[in-house]
Amino acid sequence: MRDLIYLTVILPLLGFLINGIFGSKIKNEKLIGIIGSGVVGISFLIALGAFFETLALPLEQRQKIVSLFSWMVVGKLNVSFAFQVDQLSLVMALVVTGVGFIIHVYSIGYMHGDKGYWRFFSYMNLFIFAMMNLILADNFVLLFLGWEGVGLCSYLLIGFWYDRKFEKSTVAEASKKAFIVNRVGDFGFLLGMFLIFMTFGSLNFNEVFSRAVSFNVPAYVYGFIAIFLFIGATGKSAQIPLFVWLPDAMAGPTPVSALIHAATMVTAGVYMVARTSIIYASAPQIMMVIAIIGALTAFFAATVGIVQNDIKKVLAYSTVSQLGYMFLAMGVGAFSAGIFHVMTHAFFKALLFLAAGSVIHAMHEEQDIQKFGGLKKYMPRTHITFLIAALAISGIPPLSGFFSKDEILWFSFANSGLFLWIIGAGTAMMTAFYMFRLYILTFDGKERFGKDKHPHESPAVITIPLIVLAVLSVIGGFVGIPEVFSGEHGNQFHNWLAPIFKDADRKLAHFNLYSHSTEILLMVLSVVFAVSAIWFARYVYLKKPSIASDTAKRFKGLYNLLWNKYFVDEVYDAVIINPIVKTSKSFLWQIADNKIIDGVVNGTAKLIDIFSVNIRKLQNGVAQFYALVMVLGIVAAFFWIILSL
Amino acid sequence: MIITIEYYLILSAFMFLVGVTGVLINRNAIVVFMSIELMLNSANLTLVAFSSFLGNSIGQLFVFFVMTVAAAEAAVGLAIIIAIFRNKLTVNIDEINILKW
Amino acid sequence: MNLEVFLFFVFGIIAAVTAVLMITRRNPVISALFLILNFAALAGLYITLNAQFIAVTQIIVYAGAIMILFLFVLMLLRPDNQKKLFELNPKTKIFAMIIAFVVFVQLVYMIFFAGPSANITQDVSKSVEAGTIESIGRELFTNYIVPFEAAGFLLLAATIGALVLAKKKFD
Repeated sequence: MRDLIYLTVILPLLGFLINGIFGSKIKNEKLIGIIGSGVVGISFLIALGAFFETLALPLEQRQKIVSLFSWMVVGKLNVSFAFQVDQLSLVMALVVTGVGFIIHVYSIGYMHGDKGYWRFFSYMNLFIFAMMNLILADNFVLLFLGWEGVGLCSYLLIGFWYDRKFEKSTVAEASKKAFIVNRVGDFGFLLGMFLIFMTFGSLNFNEVFSRAVSFNVPAYVYGFIAIFLFIGATGKSAQIPLFVWLPDAMAGPTPVSALIHAATMVTAGVYMVARTSIIYASAPQIMMVIAIIGALTAFFAATVGIVQNDIKKVLAYSTVSQLGYMFLAMGVGAFSAGIFHVMTHAFFKALLFLAAGSVIHAMHEEQDIQKFGGLKKYMPRTHITFLIAALAISGIPPLSGFFSKDEILWFSFANSGLFLWIIGAGTAMMTAFYMFRLYILTFDGKERFGKDKHPHESPAVITIPLIVLAVLSVIGGFVGIPEVFSGEHGNQFHNWLAPIFKDADRKLAHFNLYSHSTEILLMVLSVVFAVSAIWFARYVYLKKPSIASDTAKRFKGLYNLLWNKYFVDEVYDAVIINPIVKTSKSFLWQIADNKIIDGVVNGTAKLIDIFSVNIRKLQNGVAQFYALVMVLGIVAAFFWIILSL
Repeated sequence: MIITIEYYLILSAFMFLVGVTGVLINRNAIVVFMSIELMLNSANLTLVAFSSFLGNSIGQLFVFFVMTVAAAEAAVGLAIIIAIFRNKLTVNIDEINILKW
Repeated sequence: MNLEVFLFFVFGIIAAVTAVLMITRRNPVISALFLILNFAALAGLYITLNAQFIAVTQIIVYAGAIMILFLFVLMLLRPDNQKKLFELNPKTKIFAMIIAFVVFVQLVYMIFFAGPSANITQDVSKSVEAGTIESIGRELFTNYIVPFEAAGFLLLAATIGALVLAKKKFD
């Protein structure tokens, strides 16, 4: 089954082509949906088979390279279209194809009646193709191909309803913003790739990583490679300073937000850091930078999420915040904890978005939570699944979010000290608070919507994916039960991924200074924080909503700052975008383009014109003139003969 | 003094260049043709001079052919001038510039 | 001062002077007549070079046929007299004369300093022998028969060409 892993890449591409080329002719929506979901489902089964096959093999045989064809061979550069099937890529493949399949099935119902139905599924399949390329690649170039491909699909899918307005501007502007901000990050990624090739002479993972262990490379080179690659990750995974595209990406349909901006594309940066862990381990200062950026992103995104009123915006900032957690994990050296959180986050965040989509559909495309309220009696299944996801993301045991988030918090304390743990715990509290604010304002309390809205439960094709994801959110954490509880079994998930990170772990050489009791103490503390935050949210929004509005009025400045997301977009506009636009308009367009370049081109033509007008005069039709020229030639010839005598 | 070959050669060169000047200066096409004949004759003089001084008759044989060609060329050239004269009513070279750009 | 030198200078000066006069006259018929004089002087020069056959052929062909043709065409077309020499385009004409003078200087230089002509001495008997009709005819009809025939063709083509070009169009 591992040999067939290339099918997981090719089948979605096939789905894209079939739906893309023939989709507009196929009048049957169901068929389009079946083709679109079916290819992803088959890919999931293949990945599952490969997983079980790998599980049965001893450690040394667990990595397999399946090569399709040799792509570029230029001098030292040897890049092939080859896939690396090992523990890390299998985890990611299962998450992507599994959650992807669920979301595709959901979309069959959600996008019903849309005039671009076939276009949606073909773009989604293209996305899966690019994402699989990214995570299965065995070299940087193929990874970058997938990296760019998911950026492209993000643009296509965010801008799916390309003729609509979105907040103060248009959907088209939002998708453009996503693509351009991603591009800025990709530039950093390219620089990192160039540096890797210069230092190690190859772009193939196995070669680069083995040389990273054996070569004697100065530390600052690792630092530069690490920071450049991380810049790419901040763009793709929405960290400070390149996170600004993610809230705007909510302009796209909800399944897109679920798949791309919650479960898969945004985790590409985390995967990349995990894959290149040896390079990061060789640049410990950059790891600290990553940890700090991750923690700060998590904290500040959570503060913004508390005051947002659009259900998808809250979830978007929540995603940015949770991604911050994952980078915090990477930064402190807990690579498998970060990947664990990727997996559990995929479950409950996708569930949150899909449930939100169910609510949005039921409320006839209304997204303002101030106009919701009391929906739990109209949409029981959506309500229960949303609640489960909210509990999971808040870190309530024994749901999956508890295990993954707690492992991150524990490692940030054990490897880095109290400061990062405090930021992480504070963020966790805020996460629980805003999540339950969202839950209560939507499903609980008084009904605040008008008589024209008739909310009802969504059909099975929408609610069954919700139920599946809810089950996964509950049991998904049990593969990563920490040593504290499972004794000699150890942390299964951690052990599964340990061979991938063994070189990095060895370089980082973390010592286990703290005892189990400290770990349990911290765990209890974080649960207490979460529960108290949930209770406080209930108190404010169910019993005394006036507290919220009064606090907002009292701290008007702070509220304004948070509501306007710290004015980051406005600052970027003023400092970066407007100067560039102005320079382009005045200097680059009028002077460089019109005067200089056009001047050179037109000038060359004019020069040739003048030249030819004058040369033309040589042909005046008078034979004597030609004879004169001939005599001049004779003079020249005689001079030459005389000089050579 | 003895007449060596250089005397003949210099005379021939002089006649040749007088012919060239005649081609470049004159406006009447027929006079231009006569200058061309002058140039051909100067070449003949050179050939005969060398033939005589080297004792080889082949030079004079070649002069024979040059005369043949000169005759043919004069005939055809003058026929062309007559044909042009029929159209343009002039033999003035400056006015026969039909091949001007 | 023997006869040879005297004759060379007489004929040479006549040839040079008539050439210059030919190109500077306004009346083209006068130019043609000067050219005939030039040919006659050249024939004299050929005689001093012991080239008997060529001298006679010169008179017969050049002076007697080609120049007559020129005179016929002149009488047929009756072109206007040319303007004075430097009336039109003086700059071009002076430039042409200067160029021609430059070429003359180059040729003189090459004549004196280029070839082994200093070592050529005239063997009179050989030169006389070379100029006779017998020796020319022997070479012409044995080794150079093909060019001879080709020249015949050339003359045929020229005749036909001249006929076609110059005849009046019949409607």
